[in-house]
Amino acid sequence: MYVSYFPGCTLKTKAVRLDRCARKSAEILGIELQELDSWQCCGGAFTSAADEVATKLSSVRALAEAERLGRPLVSVCSACYNVLKQTDHAFKTDPEFASKVRRYLAPDECYNGGTEVLHLLELLRDKVGFENIAKKVVNPLKGVKIAAYYGCMLLRPSDVLGLDDPENPSVMEELIRALGGEAVGWSQRNECCGGYVLLESPELAKKRSLEISSDAAAAGADMIVTACPLCRYNLDKAGSGLPTVYFTELLAKALGAEVDEI
Amino acid sequence: MNRDNVRDEVIRRSGTDPRKCMKCGKCSATCPSYDEMEGHPHEFVYMVENGDIEPLLASESIYRCLTCMACVERCPRGVEPAKIVESVRLEAIRKKGANRLTPEAVAAVADEELPQQAVVTAFRKYAK
Amino acid sequence: MQRIGVFVCWCGSNIAATVDVEAVSQALKDEPGVVFSTNYQYMCSQAGQDLIKQAVAEHGLTGIVICSCSPRMHETTFRRAAAAAGLNPYMVEIANIREQCSWVHKDIALGTQKAIVLGRAAVAKLHLNAPLTPGETPVTKRALVIGGGIAGIQTALDIADAGFKVDIVEKKPTIGGKMSQLDKTFPTLDCAACILTPKMVEAAQNENITIYSYSEVESVGGFVGNFDVTIRKKARYVNESICTGCGLCTEKCPVKNVPNEFNLGMDSRRAVYIPFAQAVPKVATIDPDYCNMLKNGKCGVCARVCTAGAIDYKQTDELIEQKYGAIVVATGYEPIKLDKFDEFAYNSSPDVITSLEFERLTNAAGPTSGKLLRPSDGKHPHRIVFVQCVGSRCAAAAGKGKEYCSKICCMYTAKQAMLVRDKYPDTEVYVFYIDVRTPGKNFDEFYRRAAEEYGVKYVKGMVGKISPQGEVLKVQASDLIAGRQLHIDADLVVLAAAIEPDRSARPLATMLTASMDTNDFFTEAHPKLRPVESPTAGVFLSGACQGPKDIPETVAQAGAAAAKVIGLLAKDKLTSNPCVASVDELMCNGCSSCERVCPYGAISYVNKEFRMPDRTVALRRVASVNPAVCQGCGACTVACMSGAMDLRGFEAKQIIAEVDAICK
Repeated sequence: MYVSYFPGCTLKTKAVRLDRCARKSAEILGIELQELDSWQCCGGAFTSAADEVATKLSSVRALAEAERLGRPLVSVCSACYNVLKQTDHAFKTDPEFASKVRRYLAPDECYNGGTEVLHLLELLRDKVGFENIAKKVVNPLKGVKIAAYYGCMLLRPSDVLGLDDPENPSVMEELIRALGGEAVGWSQRNECCGGYVLLESPELAKKRSLEISSDAAAAGADMIVTACPLCRYNLDKAGSGLPTVYFTELLAKALGAEVDEI
Repeated sequence: MNRDNVRDEVIRRSGTDPRKCMKCGKCSATCPSYDEMEGHPHEFVYMVENGDIEPLLASESIYRCLTCMACVERCPRGVEPAKIVESVRLEAIRKKGANRLTPEAVAAVADEELPQQAVVTAFRKYAK
Repeated sequence: MQRIGVFVCWCGSNIAATVDVEAVSQALKDEPGVVFSTNYQYMCSQAGQDLIKQAVAEHGLTGIVICSCSPRMHETTFRRAAAAAGLNPYMVEIANIREQCSWVHKDIALGTQKAIVLGRAAVAKLHLNAPLTPGETPVTKRALVIGGGIAGIQTALDIADAGFKVDIVEKKPTIGGKMSQLDKTFPTLDCAACILTPKMVEAAQNENITIYSYSEVESVGGFVGNFDVTIRKKARYVNESICTGCGLCTEKCPVKNVPNEFNLGMDSRRAVYIPFAQAVPKVATIDPDYCNMLKNGKCGVCARVCTAGAIDYKQTDELIEQKYGAIVVATGYEPIKLDKFDEFAYNSSPDVITSLEFERLTNAAGPTSGKLLRPSDGKHPHRIVFVQCVGSRCAAAAGKGKEYCSKICCMYTAKQAMLVRDKYPDTEVYVFYIDVRTPGKNFDEFYRRAAEEYGVKYVKGMVGKISPQGEVLKVQASDLIAGRQLHIDADLVVLAAAIEPDRSARPLATMLTASMDTNDFFTEAHPKLRPVESPTAGVFLSGACQGPKDIPETVAQAGAAAAKVIGLLAKDKLTSNPCVASVDELMCNGCSSCERVCPYGAISYVNKEFRMPDRTVALRRVASVNPAVCQGCGACTVACMSGAMDLRGFEAKQIIAEVDAICK
């Protein structure tokens, strides 16, 4: 299976393991993640304001390139996924926005709304199938209690993203179970870690993240798993002592990739 | 711009309709930043509807919203309060010299692990 | 040539404010055949009707055109006036210049122009009208009530009291409905069972009432006065007439883990069961999904212990065909599923329950014998949070709940909160509300008592999220009056889930050709003036199938529906609408298109002898319309390819004349 891949800037630097474990796992699962030739940073956040156009152009260019290649556009980072998908949705549903965007793009960059944006979790669930992944597990995550942390970016706004039930998601839990691990039930899994507010009010970010990690700890989790580098950073800084890992790290490990080399 | 023009512009940019609000307070009930704000999501909706934008522009609350979209998701009326807060914040930071975040401030907080994502997102939210 | 009179109504300012009525009557005066034209303030008033009668007599009118409101409103009024003046009532045409003109236009010139055009079309049609005479059909003096809750029971009792036979069809094994699951009723705190069960017994003992429990309506044919209904009596594998209801089988059945629907799955029952002690009929039912004997032929315990010999594993569904003069829909409501409200943790914590589940937890016949204990660990809850409006008053665009107010929740929540404080004064009770809505006799007083005398803490604001953590439920909510976010550690949370029509209502509406609104509530013939009649003749509405209702309102409406049914059944004959389809047999090619599209089954085909031009006789297959069954919908006239089918009073040539007049 060939798909276009949008790694995002953080995965090239601070979240290298999120990226490399995704690539290793994809290889084992027979998915060819073909990195776009000329992707640019998504900007990290989708600005809902109708008059923000320039900030969304980098996403549209990525969507356009994927469209030319005729393959779905896959991201592993929650933020990139969220921005790409919301931009795609705005382009498809808001003609005024679409026409403004077209004025910025070079003629050969034109986008026609034909790209399917997918998070790797979605690809694994819907196109590969967790039952098929389970068959390829060589190091099952036995005896590990894992708290799947979704945060905001994977789930909301649900009517645009449609990745999972925004209040009772299950995709990461299903993955954990497919990998032989135990997923704990906890209620803060879809609440915000504080995100970018870290640079405005580090105390607020810490308070939020501590609330999340202590809820995971109270639920008996040994670790928290996430798809977002910023969530991971905030949760690590909160200092609850609970380790945070990327879902691709668990996946790669369970599939028998040489993760420690990464 | 007069008061009504500012209100109309803020509403237009938000893409929402604050008149749909039935004043149940579920947005503020769900807001993870509630205690850090002095103007809360339901108050943003109400004050924007009434054109009371000035106090909101001066409020620190516009920098405390996490855009986590929980209020948008849970609002029974489809009002989308976070988009209203975002629109008010843009009204504030688009003014000359009103950038909230400076590169120096980032340098002061940043450590080795700080992901780029945090920096670009914060600049998108706090500076024009 | 007809001699036509035109009467333009002002409808006070309803029409006259947007339509120049004088200009309309003047303009229509010049239409061919119009010999008299006038306008008047209220044409439907006695004075207005007298004006019509006088003009008919003075000018020798052969037909009249009324430019007024919708014919749905006053067509009958004006037909009666015409008849009183000696005209055939079908020589009346109505031009709707209110709903379809004055109310939708703002510009007087435009409105006036449109009113003139509509009047002109009516005149053109009237030229081709012919006098029609209604037929007569007999009335079957038996009523069917669909649904055996308090609405259906009350309607049946009232109809039976008037001396008419009435059958109740109830899909569950017992009648009683939702009310039988309630503990106490507001605002008087009567025990629900104490006031309901006597009515259930009365229904069972009344010789005019037949109860078909565990049965469903399979099909409905016919029309007002003459409905043909098939009822499916589902196999309960117990002979109803032999079973004594002793309950021995329900104690001995080895299958013990069947979720008990009467207690909303909070405890279990056996595979053979009687829903509750006062069930009517009090007979056992075997659940084929769980019974080992029915599933794999291994068991037979119930048959062995039954001293009456009532168990019958070979029983099959039975189809009962019956004729009825009137049908009453009383299918009731259900609480909505809460799958889209997982922020309240209904699916993840057993201690987050719905209000109906709460009723069972406080009911002496419930799973805890009336002791208020948490489902998770059986402990007594010391802090309870009630959440109002869960799924009610949601914008359609938000795609989660219902747009309407469910109406009953404010009052039952006040009742539940009050009863908790009364019985367990050590329990702290919060009610989160958006508005407290208590219109109704002694209702607001009741709610105030909950707050003032019983110390229920009412907090204005909605709950945002409920997080189960260990033994507690962390409730995060708005306190809008204090301007703060509240965090409460609750032991039990009760969600006032919105109510929606029972799922059986939609397919039933299709069978009855009765209309529904977008929420699947049955529509009334008129929301204010005919609230218990459906627009389909002979079909009446009782209880929550028409909209959210509490018990007093339901009982009142049930009585009203019964009165309407009695009024119908008291007649020996009904006059039928003469505006029905008629076939020109010479043009009919026997293709069956009309038969296929007729929703009422009014068209059949007959072989008929025809004398051909060459004097031979040919046998041809032609359509035949049963005028008593035809409702005059006109579907057949459009389907007919040879143009043989026409609708009396709305003939193709009349419609064309109207269109021509409009396009002139």
